[in-house]
Amino acid sequence: MLQRPHHSQSLNEATKEPGRRKSWRFLGLVLVGIAALCLSMIVAVSVGAVPVPAGTVLGVIANKLVPGLFDVTWSSGREAIVWEIRFPRVLLAGFVGAGLAVVGAALQSVTRNPLADPHLLGISSGGAAGAILALLHTGLFLGLLTVPLMAFAGALVATLVVLGVTRFAVATSADKLVLAGVAVSFIIMSLANVLIFLGDPKATHTVVFWMLGGLGLAQWLHLLFPLGILLVTVPYLMLRAADLNAMTIGDETAATLGIPVTRFRFTVFVVGALITGVMVAFSGIIGFVGLMIPHIARFLVGGSYTRVLPASLLLGAIFLIWADVAARTLMAPEDMPIGIVTGLIGGVFFIVLLRAKTGGDR
Amino acid sequence: MSGTVLSVQNVGWSPGRGHALLNGVSFDVPAGKVLGVAGANGAGKSTLLRLLYRFHRPVTGTVRLDGEDIWSMSTRETAQKVAAVLQEQPGDFALSVREIVELGRRPHGSGFARGGRRDTEIVDEALERMGLNDLSARSLGTLSGGERQRVMVARALAQKPRLLILDEPTNHLDIRHQLEIVTLISSLNITIVTSLHDLNLAGRVCDQVLLLHKGRSLGFGTPEEVLTPTHIEQAYSVFVRQERLSQSHEQHLTFHL
Repeated sequence: MLQRPHHSQSLNEATKEPGRRKSWRFLGLVLVGIAALCLSMIVAVSVGAVPVPAGTVLGVIANKLVPGLFDVTWSSGREAIVWEIRFPRVLLAGFVGAGLAVVGAALQSVTRNPLADPHLLGISSGGAAGAILALLHTGLFLGLLTVPLMAFAGALVATLVVLGVTRFAVATSADKLVLAGVAVSFIIMSLANVLIFLGDPKATHTVVFWMLGGLGLAQWLHLLFPLGILLVTVPYLMLRAADLNAMTIGDETAATLGIPVTRFRFTVFVVGALITGVMVAFSGIIGFVGLMIPHIARFLVGGSYTRVLPASLLLGAIFLIWADVAARTLMAPEDMPIGIVTGLIGGVFFIVLLRAKTGGDR
Repeated sequence: MSGTVLSVQNVGWSPGRGHALLNGVSFDVPAGKVLGVAGANGAGKSTLLRLLYRFHRPVTGTVRLDGEDIWSMSTRETAQKVAAVLQEQPGDFALSVREIVELGRRPHGSGFARGGRRDTEIVDEALERMGLNDLSARSLGTLSGGERQRVMVARALAQKPRLLILDEPTNHLDIRHQLEIVTLISSLNITIVTSLHDLNLAGRVCDQVLLLHKGRSLGFGTPEEVLTPTHIEQAYSVFVRQERLSQSHEQHLTFHL
């Protein structure tokens, strides 16, 4: 069919070039992304109730990394604001945004569902239920880390329940996994609502934090957990990028390419649950990041997961850092729950996406 | 690229505790020959193909390639030898045509790196062969049904299989693309198993035909032996008339209720 083997040599040369140019273009985009991320972090730290000049921000951070690099021209109060309060908060925003975006991208592939999102599969509602249990009923019996630990435990339990349900219902296919996740999510949310209903009405205000998300609790010590989980899981997902590509074609085709489909989907689901569980533990439920960012990443760098994953990581971090700036400043001095900001942007984004999709079909 | 001897012995399959969808089917395909699998909807064609590309494990019987049971090989080893073009609808994840064809190299490489010069050549060759050079940078979602099907065939060719399995490869294709697929099937010198709805087409393309009826083999042999009015009437519950085309004098089957 359409055989012209003799011309293949010249065509080979012609088709190889765009591929190489594409990888250079991608490398350039990554560098731009990293630069934008650093810039976003500095601006985000300087913005707030007490504005801190960007030069001071850089000075404080540089002096902490390499003591005595700059002469101290700022007050110790400013230093505390930058180093103790805002910088860890910005870093947490970056980690959570990056983590949720990467999980969303990976789950979208293994469920072959472009609407898959870390919160769709019941993981986050489990985390919220755990946190609510700790806040309203058990008290801080494990000290300051009680709420994050309980949230993480809740996320893991929810994951196990979802996996148990898929096994019970013999539902290992992609769409049924999503359905099982949605079902478990609803059940756990009603249980969580029972806990709120039974709890002290005055304390329910703190619960809102977990339902709508927020980064106000960021501390240096806590950052180790989100960073640690990212350092372990992101390289794994990058190594399996080609398999994530194959999974988008279909289960049976992926199987004929030598991928153990059910086991791979299970592994990605567990990896996603670990990341989401850790993120929810420190930030509450922040919706739409995992759903929206991979779509923007695909728009910018194309569909291959070797590029979608790093792009999602960077974009997710940048997006959540700015969403947090908005959450801190729009109603200053009040901290708005960040989930409101991401939900609003996400909803509008979806309508635009819908319009773009139907426009393409016409 | 050379064909493999496919030997299927007494295979049967049933889902869980359900009744058997396939029962005691046996056949052999010599290296480089084309086997057509025919039968009514629900006769077990897709089930049989799933056993051949190692998606389902047969409940009874064995599937052997050059004498080796495919279930004693690793998934990777099977993937190096068997490729399949299926009717699955890929999700729209903005993968380019080239990136999808590159997936065919996955069983042969580390699955991680972009692949070496040899992989690039094989992908180029597959794109060229299916006439996809101009489309290689396009995203799959923007292509027509026929173009997508060609991409999936190119992906399977890039796998350099020794056995190629095609599930209704001419479905949803216009006449030209149907003929192109048929020409491709006859030009490849690997072993091919394809399910086909069009029995006249099956008679022209296939070296051998397996006719399935309710999960059992109703006939296996050359098209002339198997695709007889009696067999077809039993398999499809229709009346068949064997006619001779006035121009080419070829045999042609027509079907009536």
